[in-house]
Amino acid sequence: MLGLAIEIPYWGQSLLRVLGGIVAVLLPAGTIVYLFLFKMMSFMQSRLGPMEAGPYGSMQLFAEVGKWLQKEDIAPEAADVRIFKMAPIIVLVSTFLLVAVVPFGPDAYFTNFEVGVFYALAVGSVSVIGILIAGWASANKYSLLGGLRAAGQLIAYELPMVLAVVGVVIQAGTMNLQGIVVAQNTGEIFGFAGIGFPFVITQFVGFIIFMIAVQAELTQAPFDMPIAESELVSGYMTEYSGFRFLMFFIGEFATAGVFAFIASVLFLGGWGIPFAWFGWEGLADVPNWMNVAGPLIMFAKMLLLTFIIMWVRFSYPRFREDQLQTFAWKILIPVSLLNIAVTAIIKVAV
Amino acid sequence: MTVLSDRQQLSYIAAQAADARLNVELETEGMTLNIGPQHPATHGTLRIIAHLDGEQVVWAEPSCGYMHRGYEKLTEVRTFPQVTTLINRIDWLGSFANEVPFILAAEKLMEIEAPPRAQYIRTILFELSRIANVSLFLGDLGVQMGAITPVFLAFRDREYVLNLIEGATGGRFHPNFDRIGGLKDDLPKGWIDETRQVMRKLRGFCDEIEDLLFGNEIFQSRMRGIGVIPADVAKSFGLSGANARASGIDWDLRRDQVLPMAWDKVDFKVWTHPDGDCFARCWIRLQETREATKIVDQLLDDLPPGPVMAKVPRIIKVPAGEAWVATENPLGEMGYYVVSKGDLGPFRVKIRSASFNNISVVPWVLKGVYVPDIITILASLYFILGDIDR
Repeated sequence: MLGLAIEIPYWGQSLLRVLGGIVAVLLPAGTIVYLFLFKMMSFMQSRLGPMEAGPYGSMQLFAEVGKWLQKEDIAPEAADVRIFKMAPIIVLVSTFLLVAVVPFGPDAYFTNFEVGVFYALAVGSVSVIGILIAGWASANKYSLLGGLRAAGQLIAYELPMVLAVVGVVIQAGTMNLQGIVVAQNTGEIFGFAGIGFPFVITQFVGFIIFMIAVQAELTQAPFDMPIAESELVSGYMTEYSGFRFLMFFIGEFATAGVFAFIASVLFLGGWGIPFAWFGWEGLADVPNWMNVAGPLIMFAKMLLLTFIIMWVRFSYPRFREDQLQTFAWKILIPVSLLNIAVTAIIKVAV
Repeated sequence: MTVLSDRQQLSYIAAQAADARLNVELETEGMTLNIGPQHPATHGTLRIIAHLDGEQVVWAEPSCGYMHRGYEKLTEVRTFPQVTTLINRIDWLGSFANEVPFILAAEKLMEIEAPPRAQYIRTILFELSRIANVSLFLGDLGVQMGAITPVFLAFRDREYVLNLIEGATGGRFHPNFDRIGGLKDDLPKGWIDETRQVMRKLRGFCDEIEDLLFGNEIFQSRMRGIGVIPADVAKSFGLSGANARASGIDWDLRRDQVLPMAWDKVDFKVWTHPDGDCFARCWIRLQETREATKIVDQLLDDLPPGPVMAKVPRIIKVPAGEAWVATENPLGEMGYYVVSKGDLGPFRVKIRSASFNNISVVPWVLKGVYVPDIITILASLYFILGDIDR
């Protein structure tokens, strides 16, 4: 895993991976919740947000987690208890599976395999199952409506997301996420290699579609129809309390972080920074210190992208279910198909 | 349910029958969804029984009375000055506006009239409570649609108006300031200048909301063409206020009747909208908030000097008789039919509150809409639970 001087046994490596995975999921989630959900939203709404727990309320999240962990784990009487209890775990597990392919540095990754993009998109939709069974097993009409809406929405927005990524894959010529990072940072724009070649420049349409689809996958406003607290009373999450609700809550923001990681790998040059690639030819040339700097750069890019996601979330009203489907099938998918065609033609022609 | 709604019902049944013929084994059963009495969208304890087919409403019916407080009966065991304390709580967002028609009815029976300064201040406070009421509606509209930011902006700017009401009357929510024959007190020092500043802020708030919500494409697509109430339907269900004006009915009790209030001394526009959909109803309310700020400004400009209380006996006995006074309250027409037998208190009071009539259109307008539109339509009809149940 890391190019360290000492040899780490296999079990040690596995342990490191698990710990690293937990950090890579929970740290972004906590940061997003504090920075954006607590503070940015409050400032947008002319209030201060949490101020009491820790300096500027920075310990508020720990207080909230403590509160949730103390609460009783309630399952409704009519619920299908086993499945009801399983659902939040499935949602959270899909986030952990998703982070496994994200490269944070030349050697700082959990696993590096050739079809990383494919895997990420496939695993990302596992959470649909969790949400659907949460909606069904709650034995609540609001939850059922929310679960059905979520299933319809997540399937509809899976497609533009995949299609938006295809453009990047065509341009990079690989499905390996590490390969995509290297392709972006070693590329050049009309002979100027200074800032590399982040795909957001050529794949701008793809980037926009990807971010919209991410917004919908995360069920954030304006695509929060499945949750819709003012009409469905939080939809599939209605009946959950205590630490199972906490799992949904962490899952929501952790997935936002992980999707932002993936978007920054695909479109913003991953763990390389503009103006700081120092002319390394390939992956083998990259020095070891990038394994430390890389995660930090990724973290900064992740915060930038989640900032956009949250900004939209706090200022937009939500779509209606049919408008949301119309938007996906009639606008996003045709545009992304057109994007693929144009990318492919230019790739072959140039 | 009226004859008018049957067309929708019939087309729905025909579609069902066609489906059932195609695949009998897949024929499905509807679902009854109780929206409320505890539901965030009903902001109170209104219950809507909705029978759904998928996400489409087959029929819906409001069921009210969960918060009935028996004000009509309670007024019978109060003296006339005590009644204002009760009726303050009917529409709790614009309390002062509830007091005015009752006091006017009592004054009509006693054949006295408040001095001009009291009439002006009454009108100013009336319009301030309209602003306090409707500005919260404009923010709450965002929450119902999933946008959480506008409501905080609304609370921020409504606070200034509440401070004004508190400064003048001593009560933020329930002023209880109106007296038979005038007002309890004159305006405090410096209040007029502050009010002018606040009115400027409120106009800024209206612009902000127009930018943030009304100009938003998603908001418009959720609102336009949803929950259309034609003028004849609005009339037959007795809609009033902004709901009626949004259907193109040019009817405003501030302008269309003569009352001992100061509305005839100012120049304001009564907005109407031809569409009758949710967007029209919300837009009318936005314009009305702007008009209200202008009315307050104009009244402050030519506030007459003089006393704020007419000569009334120390113990108020209202002569026997019957009087009906209605005013254009924030939610619509609100009136009191007061019957007096010459005692200290009223013999019988009938309260006509706007929301009760406004939600009577719910079964008609909800037929055939989708579940998300229920919330939009209820939000745009704008009711206060206290005003429905009394």
